[in-house]
Amino acid sequence: MSPRALKALEPAATAPEFIRNFCIIAHIDHGKSTLADRMLQITGVVDDRAMRAQYLDRMDIERERGITIKSQAVRMPWEMDGVTYALNMIDTPGHVDFTYEVSRSLAACEGAILLVDAAQGIEAQTLANLYLALANDLTIIPVLNKIDLPAAEPDKYARELADLIGGKPEDVLRVSGKTGAGVAELLDLATRTIPAPVGDPNAPTRAMIFDSVYDSYRGVVTYVRMIDGTLHPREKIQMMSTRATHEVLEIGVISPEPTISKGLSVGEVGYLITGVKDVRQSKVGDTVTTALRPATDALPGYTEPQPMVFSGLYPIDGSDYPALREALDKLKLSDASLGYEPETSVALGFGFRCGFLGLLHLEIITERIDREFGIDLITTAPSVPYEVTTDDKKTVTVTNPSEFPNGKIAQVMEPIVKAAILAPKDYVGVIMELCQSRRGTLLGMDYLGEDRVEIRYTMPLGEIVFDFFDNLKSRTAGYGSLDYEPTGSAEADLVKVDILLQGEQVDAFSAIVHRDKAYEYGVLMTGRLRKLIPRQQFDVPIQAAIGARIIARESISAIRKDVLAKCYGGDISRKRKLLEKQKEGKKRMKMVGRVEVPQEAFIAALSGDEPPKKEKK
Amino acid sequence: MAGPHPLGDPAPLDGLLPASAAVDAGDREFSVYLHVPFCRVRCGYCDFNTYTATELRGVKQSDYASQAVLEVESAGRVLIESGVPARPVSTVFFGGGTPTLLPVGDLTRMLHAVRDQWGFVPGAEITTEANPDSVDAAYLQGLADAGFTRVSFGMQSAVPRVLATLERTHDPERVPLVVQWARDAGLDVSLDLIYGTPGETVADWRTSLEYAINQAPDHISTYSLIVEEGTKLARQIRRGDVAAIDDDTQAEFYELADELLGAAGFHWYEVSNWATDVSHESRHNLAYWRSHDWWGVGPGAHSHVGGVRWWNAKHPAAYAERVLAGHSPAVGRETLDAETREVERVLLLSRIRTGIPIASLTEHGRHEIAGLIADELVNARAAIHGDLELTLRGRLLADAVVRRILPD
Repeated sequence: MSPRALKALEPAATAPEFIRNFCIIAHIDHGKSTLADRMLQITGVVDDRAMRAQYLDRMDIERERGITIKSQAVRMPWEMDGVTYALNMIDTPGHVDFTYEVSRSLAACEGAILLVDAAQGIEAQTLANLYLALANDLTIIPVLNKIDLPAAEPDKYARELADLIGGKPEDVLRVSGKTGAGVAELLDLATRTIPAPVGDPNAPTRAMIFDSVYDSYRGVVTYVRMIDGTLHPREKIQMMSTRATHEVLEIGVISPEPTISKGLSVGEVGYLITGVKDVRQSKVGDTVTTALRPATDALPGYTEPQPMVFSGLYPIDGSDYPALREALDKLKLSDASLGYEPETSVALGFGFRCGFLGLLHLEIITERIDREFGIDLITTAPSVPYEVTTDDKKTVTVTNPSEFPNGKIAQVMEPIVKAAILAPKDYVGVIMELCQSRRGTLLGMDYLGEDRVEIRYTMPLGEIVFDFFDNLKSRTAGYGSLDYEPTGSAEADLVKVDILLQGEQVDAFSAIVHRDKAYEYGVLMTGRLRKLIPRQQFDVPIQAAIGARIIARESISAIRKDVLAKCYGGDISRKRKLLEKQKEGKKRMKMVGRVEVPQEAFIAALSGDEPPKKEKK
Repeated sequence: MAGPHPLGDPAPLDGLLPASAAVDAGDREFSVYLHVPFCRVRCGYCDFNTYTATELRGVKQSDYASQAVLEVESAGRVLIESGVPARPVSTVFFGGGTPTLLPVGDLTRMLHAVRDQWGFVPGAEITTEANPDSVDAAYLQGLADAGFTRVSFGMQSAVPRVLATLERTHDPERVPLVVQWARDAGLDVSLDLIYGTPGETVADWRTSLEYAINQAPDHISTYSLIVEEGTKLARQIRRGDVAAIDDDTQAEFYELADELLGAAGFHWYEVSNWATDVSHESRHNLAYWRSHDWWGVGPGAHSHVGGVRWWNAKHPAAYAERVLAGHSPAVGRETLDAETREVERVLLLSRIRTGIPIASLTEHGRHEIAGLIADELVNARAAIHGDLELTLRGRLLADAVVRRILPD
């Protein structure tokens, strides 16, 4: 085991040959953060007492869910064979929704540690990121983690990994992030096998932004990987996509707290602060150059984030609407991929239609709004962007079912994804059944090791955003994992199904579904609502309709009795308290026409919970 | 009196009322309620404030009348010292528990204490509740001699099976007897019925209604059975021993009552109360709904004087301790603000036939009337004459109507 380096190398004065840039590719909960923590400890950048579990994951949500949303880069000194190196560990997001961010993080590295849980084997998401890493010509170091677990099967999964990327099973390193076993050996191996970065120190400066984080005290913190040239404090820099210029107020490295440096040079990884307040001015994938001597060619690979999933966010208490706007404005500062615009719903009042990278992104944003801003939300069923062409040849993008054109429709195009599902081979049957029922087309199937299968389908994204993952998990006893990537769009026979309460359309429940599924959706929603909506003073028909055609109906019969027989011996206070309670209940009702619908019914109907249950967080 | 006490402020030991209680007292009638918190046995559905001999923690029933008299006497002082002008009593009501479990002499002493304290208005209505099996001809004559004008029998049902579920001990055959004895003594007669007992059929309920009508009482009350938490009946339902009657069936029972009672010449004057004519409407009952003043004497009793509501210690032992120490037995009170009084006014008066002039409602309330007529909850003819009168359907949905009339 190598000793800790006595003296770390100075940023801006470190030759590329002493720099190693790598990331860790791993599935959620395969122990990436724990391993990163152990590296921080072993290299001495965090002292043992200050060690906090999952040091790099700053946000509470991340710590609780054990996932990393925002990547960061930590510089660690490491000594091997008497030579001191600077290791930059770039923490990548671990989820399908953040594929673009992952790809930029990978582009900042020369090597990747492929970390796999020795009890679970590789998962679909990891495979996807591994493909990305190989496409970026990264040196892959396969590692099995959690070898301390009783359920670990390192031999089996070593063979699986060797099968996958070549090499021998015995070359797969075995570590335990928890106990620290094998971690020093891993750092040695990384230093030895990962190539040093290459770049031209005299060329015009080019640095790639691989992350951009909003900090309420400092403004936007931009994480960059230096490719060519150098960057210094007080220098005027330029963003190549927008040509906007800023002054570098602060530059430095993370180790693991921000440490100001004299600059950054070829191959180094660090951060910049320019005083901008919005991450949109510092976009992931963009190239930073200097205003004085700008580069001519931007680094390849930059794309604008494309929202793939849309949902309406409504405050449960209508008076929270301004607070919700403020919350989204704040979140947007730190999340360039979050888009939103005001929207009004008959049923839900004022809210925002928001675009997300995927379902997890949606979940994280809504949870942050709840947690950091204390706003209770109703979230409408997620939808995807449809291109709808009407008979008069006009094409509109529909991200909200209620905007689906009413007239004659010539064509509807829906986004299609390539989905890869990984599961033990026993579940192939149920998975194929599920994918088939979601209009999937089988692309192929590969065995991965002895007993696991990767099944590839093309499928409409709209089918995936509607509880596909939950279904997959429940049908595979939790073993199935999913990855998908957009692969264009295709025409489909889609219709809008409306739900009507006493003849009034409830916009929040409209959905764009395949014609073959319309009846099913109609029966499902009318049935749910019948159970969830309390009886009124009149009969309430609940209908599902395509245009003017009713495809399903239910009915809630009128309530017949709502009166207390007597007041007990003059205890008027008791009766009044009851009235107050009832009136309080009425306030939480939303009116759809004349029908009082409790908030909980909307939430439950939208989330599929039935009967409505109170969840304690 | 039932259930937990409403949250309120603590009541002062001397029981004195704020000055606001006296405002406009001259416009309100004054009534007295006397609670008798004793029963021979506790019925399975009952969560009223009543106690059987074994539950009394050493309190003697025979001491109770003297304690109640003490409270009546101190009530007289408290009202005077609080500046509330003395008014003769319009109505007196003995409720329970089972008031007639006490010797008629005890009830007489309590009633006379009220009379001696404030006097009665001419034609005052003086009622006691009675169980059919707790009184005989002599007892009823004794009540009339003491000054009682009216007796309300807890008949509940004419069907033995239903009475058994309710754990009522009397034989329905006794009802005609006690009614006749009360008539002989010159007392007005009311019969109390309960509907919606688990296991009761519509046919059972029809039998009970017809039986009650055949006794030719002056007044009939019909109360739907409410299964209260903590009662034996609630436990039986939870265990599945008996099946609760749902609200829809309760509504059917009410509609049958309205039909049969109406055909027999009774008119409704409050959601649960019918009388043969206006003179036989229970004025004591109406005093509650009209927010008049009344002093509630006894354990757990509730009082109201000029927007101040208070309630006494519930257990007879705690009550006795306070009264004997010369303290007010009140343990909590609330002083209603103008807004709350308005809410109560609408809440209570809407239950009385033509109880509220529509002009007295807020703009919001007046605006709702047309919709309530359209929904057949409010009688159009009465509304055109300026009164809010619930239709049959409206009576069954009275709480919903109130929520619509009151501003949010």
